[in-house]
Amino acid sequence: MGWTRRAWLSGIGCSLAASPLMTPVSFAALPGEARLVVVILRGGMDGLDVLRPVGDPMLKVLRPVLADGAGSRLTDTHVLHPALESLEPLWGDGQLGFAQAVSTPYRDRRSHFDGQDILEAGTAGDVPDPVRRDGWLNRWLQTRPDAHARTAFAIGREEMLLLRGNADHAAWAPDARLRMGGATQDLLLHVYRDDPLFHDAARVALELSAETEDKTEARAGEALFSFAAKQLRGDARIAALSLGGWDTHRDQPRHLSRALRRLSDGILRLRGDLGAAWDKTLLLAMTEFGRTAAENGSRGTDHGTGGTMILSGGALRGGTVWGDWPGLSEVALLDRRDVNPTGDVRRYAAWALRSLFGAEQAVLERMIFPGLEMAEDPRLLG
Amino acid sequence: MAERLPQPGWAERAGAARTLNTLRKARRTGGMAEDDAYRAHRRAMETAYRADLGRTLARAAMTRDGLRERLSWFWADHFAVVDGQNLLNRSVAGYHEDAIRPHLAGRFADLLVAAVTHPAMLLFLDQNSSVGPNSPRGRKGGGLNENLAREVLELHTLGTAGPYGQADVQQLAELLTGLSLNKDLGRAFRANWAEPGAETILGLPYGGDTAAFSDIRAFLADLSIHPATARHLSQKLAVHFVADVPDPTMIDAMVATWRDTDGDLLAVYAAMLAHPVAWSAELVKARRPLDFVAASLRALDVGRTIAAADRKLLARVAIHPLVEMGQPWLRPPGPQGWPEEAAAWITPQALAARIGWAMEAPRRLLGGVMPDPRVFLAEILGPFASDRTRFAALAAEDRAIGIGLILAAPEFQRR
Repeated sequence: MGWTRRAWLSGIGCSLAASPLMTPVSFAALPGEARLVVVILRGGMDGLDVLRPVGDPMLKVLRPVLADGAGSRLTDTHVLHPALESLEPLWGDGQLGFAQAVSTPYRDRRSHFDGQDILEAGTAGDVPDPVRRDGWLNRWLQTRPDAHARTAFAIGREEMLLLRGNADHAAWAPDARLRMGGATQDLLLHVYRDDPLFHDAARVALELSAETEDKTEARAGEALFSFAAKQLRGDARIAALSLGGWDTHRDQPRHLSRALRRLSDGILRLRGDLGAAWDKTLLLAMTEFGRTAAENGSRGTDHGTGGTMILSGGALRGGTVWGDWPGLSEVALLDRRDVNPTGDVRRYAAWALRSLFGAEQAVLERMIFPGLEMAEDPRLLG
Repeated sequence: MAERLPQPGWAERAGAARTLNTLRKARRTGGMAEDDAYRAHRRAMETAYRADLGRTLARAAMTRDGLRERLSWFWADHFAVVDGQNLLNRSVAGYHEDAIRPHLAGRFADLLVAAVTHPAMLLFLDQNSSVGPNSPRGRKGGGLNENLAREVLELHTLGTAGPYGQADVQQLAELLTGLSLNKDLGRAFRANWAEPGAETILGLPYGGDTAAFSDIRAFLADLSIHPATARHLSQKLAVHFVADVPDPTMIDAMVATWRDTDGDLLAVYAAMLAHPVAWSAELVKARRPLDFVAASLRALDVGRTIAAADRKLLARVAIHPLVEMGQPWLRPPGPQGWPEEAAAWITPQALAARIGWAMEAPRRLLGGVMPDPRVFLAEILGPFASDRTRFAALAAEDRAIGIGLILAAPEFQRR
């Protein structure tokens, strides 16, 4: 990486005090116009409930409570969860799609922490070394000489392993907003003037604060997407963030609906705030594992394996459900309990990087996602 | 300080975590009463976790021996265990109290044995599930887990570049088999899990036909005075306490002392502090968030307030701010502990949290009676105050902002 954070910051010519609303300067070489948003859904989203395979006769048998027959029909065999109703028009416009029965190569243990680490590290199923681990998005950034400190943004308080590694990236939580009057801002920068580390960090913090809405203006989840949109309209091309609340062991109808509404509100907010840039944007929402095929005794589901990936964006060739359906009969299930994965979730991430940014297949299969076979192109872009 | 503010140890904290597991099971099949019992216990554990932080901050804010508190943080970080699930749920402060604090000024061998073989470390690095393949237990299944063995050599002693190979890791993993927990959650040695036969590690043989804990102790004692251990840890101490790039002659002096005293930590600290570079007035390190908050509380003279704070106040001025500054209490990113270099901490997001804390927490802790920024500046920063900070503190639009600017200033944030 030729660009370090320090070099980038000192490259800005004017001071924030002079221009509180300044936007970052542009760079000679940007990685094109395509944009990628990766949303990590922490807790294990129940794909079977989100995109309901009503064409499978076993669904109703395994899930007498959860498969309640509600929701809009997307294909002959799939119905959309009612809480995602606001996204239905996107399906018709080809801006929403799903990959079904997908998972990481993680098997058997079903731990959230290991599952999320594997998902974000992009490994072939081994739990990444806690000391040396890095994320697949960071490894890809390392291959891009044109990436700079603000090409990729980790958004939110959660540590994003996805972007951890040697490649420089930016990080900001919208609720980190610094609220202070203009005079105090000036005094603060005055105090920091002789210490470049503090001065540069404070200048960026004040600048990003100015670009951040008040929490009262937008709900916390939407604020993440709104902030992502702002950065993606500027120099950023990659945004990574995470949403929690998917671990629905009990009372799933209520909890999953809440989580899905947060996601759909966020996607719509992203679309609205991105404006024309939405057409260049692909969003991947992925989770560490799916949940059990059968519902449990508490109107919920437990940790499983095969799950569903949600794809959106103006750049998507949507209106499609990717992936083969393994079936829900007892012999078709993995360990007689989970949806048997027919596809690797990493394959879609790899094709997204290839289609959006021209990443080389050999690099993707060896370095970014070790051991992955990308197989034929799912043609994610429209 | 430990006498005035006693900290519950591992047995009490881990015992509470075990009780939570029992109550969780009872809740699955029980009714309202079981649910209430579970919730109440979980809340009590959270309260204790916050109080542990309050106590840690209060000790640092009130002590006359600030180095001792900083040494306890340094070694707790060096032998990092991350707050987590099951028995490691809200119990790590107890491990620090029992395994780290008593050995800060003794021989490194004692600290190493206490930390590495402590139940918290065994659980954290999976040692309690490591079985010697040829042990009586191993013949029924299970196998070696190298996690602890690797980190002992790589992180705790010799260092990443140290003179060991995969064979040493494997042999040490075999030597460590048998380490486990007893029913009182203390350390136990299960001979029937231990790999039989001697192991050769770093060229020397350890153990014999009958596995025993004393073999592990003997190896760790040798490891504690290995020249690579002395150099790695002298370097790490100097980087933490003096400068990111310490003077090589200081390291040499520390390594020589380590060798001459068989790893007497007090003598090693003295060798570090006796070096003229240690007293340079240049502020080059950034305080970590815990250090920054503790130093601020000390500057504001609110040690007693934080020692007596309720769970809500602790959440507001300590638990949440530390998360926002990037150093959640007892949750380092992994066994390698917290990053050292200033640039890892002074990011826009984390600095925003520090500034926000400096502007708001003092008001909350002092109950509105703010000191005069001019007096505060002279008392706290003295000759370190820059002209810029002096100007800003006097120009601030009110006292709280003046105090905030002083606490946010580089000469307070650095050390």
